[in-house]
Amino acid sequence: MDYGDGKGKSRNSEQCFDVPRSLAERGITRRDFMKFCTAMSAALALPMSLVPRIAAALENDGRPSVIWLEFQSCTGDTEALLRAANPTIGEIVLDVLSIDYAETIMAAAGHQAEDARMKTVKEARGKYIAIVEGAVPMKDGGIYCCIGGRSALDIVREVCSGALATITVGTCASYGGLPAAAPNPTGAVGVKEAVPGATVVNLPGCPVNTDNLVATVVHFLTFGKLPAVDGKGRPLFAYGKRIHDNCERRPHFDAGQYVEVWGSEAHRNGHCLYKMGCKGPETFHNCPVQRYNEKTNWPVGSGHGCAGCSEPQFWDTMTPFYRRLPNVPGFGIETTADKIGAGLAVATAAAFAAHGVVSGLRHKDDESKDGKGGNQ
Amino acid sequence: MKQSQECLHEAYVWEVPVRVTHWVNVLSIAILSVTGIYIGSPVTLALTPSGYDMGWIRFIHFTAGFLFAISVVSRIYWSFVSNRYAGWREFVPFLSAEGRRNMWRMFAYYTFMSRKIPHPIGHNALAGATYLLVFLLYLVMILTGFTLYSEHAPHGPLHALLGWMFAHFSNQGIRQTHHLTMWLLIGFAIHHIYSAWLMDVKERGGVISSIFGGYKPVQGRE
Repeated sequence: MDYGDGKGKSRNSEQCFDVPRSLAERGITRRDFMKFCTAMSAALALPMSLVPRIAAALENDGRPSVIWLEFQSCTGDTEALLRAANPTIGEIVLDVLSIDYAETIMAAAGHQAEDARMKTVKEARGKYIAIVEGAVPMKDGGIYCCIGGRSALDIVREVCSGALATITVGTCASYGGLPAAAPNPTGAVGVKEAVPGATVVNLPGCPVNTDNLVATVVHFLTFGKLPAVDGKGRPLFAYGKRIHDNCERRPHFDAGQYVEVWGSEAHRNGHCLYKMGCKGPETFHNCPVQRYNEKTNWPVGSGHGCAGCSEPQFWDTMTPFYRRLPNVPGFGIETTADKIGAGLAVATAAAFAAHGVVSGLRHKDDESKDGKGGNQ
Repeated sequence: MKQSQECLHEAYVWEVPVRVTHWVNVLSIAILSVTGIYIGSPVTLALTPSGYDMGWIRFIHFTAGFLFAISVVSRIYWSFVSNRYAGWREFVPFLSAEGRRNMWRMFAYYTFMSRKIPHPIGHNALAGATYLLVFLLYLVMILTGFTLYSEHAPHGPLHALLGWMFAHFSNQGIRQTHHLTMWLLIGFAIHHIYSAWLMDVKERGGVISSIFGGYKPVQGRE
């Protein structure tokens, strides 16, 4: 893999990259490669007839340059990609790309690394893909995240405005995520807000599902354009369906079988986590289908409710994670709207009962036309 | 009162659409509240996953929601073509000096500051203004309810119509509002039944039977 040692372009032209040979070196058979292409067509909801086209696109040695930027983040998305249980598949696509800059995995350091990025931005202007991980702080001129003496805001504007397309990986880069959670001390925002003019496709999630990143890249290589997105800039193939509607615990929801206590028999039997605060009914992501770590499992599958991590402002709006409804401000924690409402209804009934008693004791209401009221 | 009773005559106050929408509202609010409380905080009912208890309860909730929405919209339409007792002007008494005076009289009676009972033929002015508030709560319920309902089909027409709500109020905020407003309406129902009973006793104008039959006994010709 070319990890941006500053000579990426020249090496590329000398060596003449060959995907089938590269795969053979890794012990990936043609059959495995075609299986991967078929899985990608399924992930993208494309017909089987397009599998040869996907294979041809991946074997093409176009090798678009990629700049992977990381700002306010926990590196979880890089980790998700690098620690995939079966890295060969992810590396198929990474082999097809020329990663000119990625702080976590590049060999180069310091000015050499920065030069590699500058070179791609200048020489491949309008042709490279930017992948951004982490939020961009805007407050106080963006001083809360600086790399090589330049602010994240400065770098993201330069890189993303010159990119053919930007893919944001994870909720932080998409919508600000955890750094943007209230009170958002650094004024963190997602890439689209930091660079409104950029062409951005959002892949939120905490972390991003590597399959969705790979599928987005495959779509781009196959069709030369980004996949269709929803109102929040997320590809419809991955975020078009609600978690609740594809959940393996859904039959228990419809039947009326709920987990009420962690570790109870209902919990062990895989009943619905709705009462435990699962946000699956309001979160759009393909977790139940794609799952994580080579389709091993996903949060709800392992007995934990969905936290709604692929929705904007999830940390502020989906909390508390283990309750259905948010706390009501001014009423202390753990006071739900329903407790307050029931109290209100009881208070209303009590107030009117008292009014009724007083009214019942007042016999001589004045019924004449000009009754002035007052004491009688 | 003896002599005036001889001059009583029947006034047709609540026309059929007013009574029908009133009772459809009562029925649907009762069904929506009971099913809604279960949906918000369910208990395990089914013994096997092949049951469909929550499924049917949600189906009933959504059906009642459509019924309620149609009823409320019909009643709003009717307030523009109805007789004067059910017309839209009844719900904005605070726009005229006389209306404000009537509101104050009723308020004074309710709060024991006055013993004089106003005898309006239709709504009393304070009730009319309260119903404006209640109809706003109805609209909040319909808007939040259908917005949450639209999530089952995020590419459907309902979501296209109401999807903007999520961006403005957040998904959980809409749920919270839907729950709180239900309790406000339950509080209103308690107040409404009490006040109707109180007025029936104090006014002796047959206000409770009027919502069944439509007629009220009134003094003198209009």
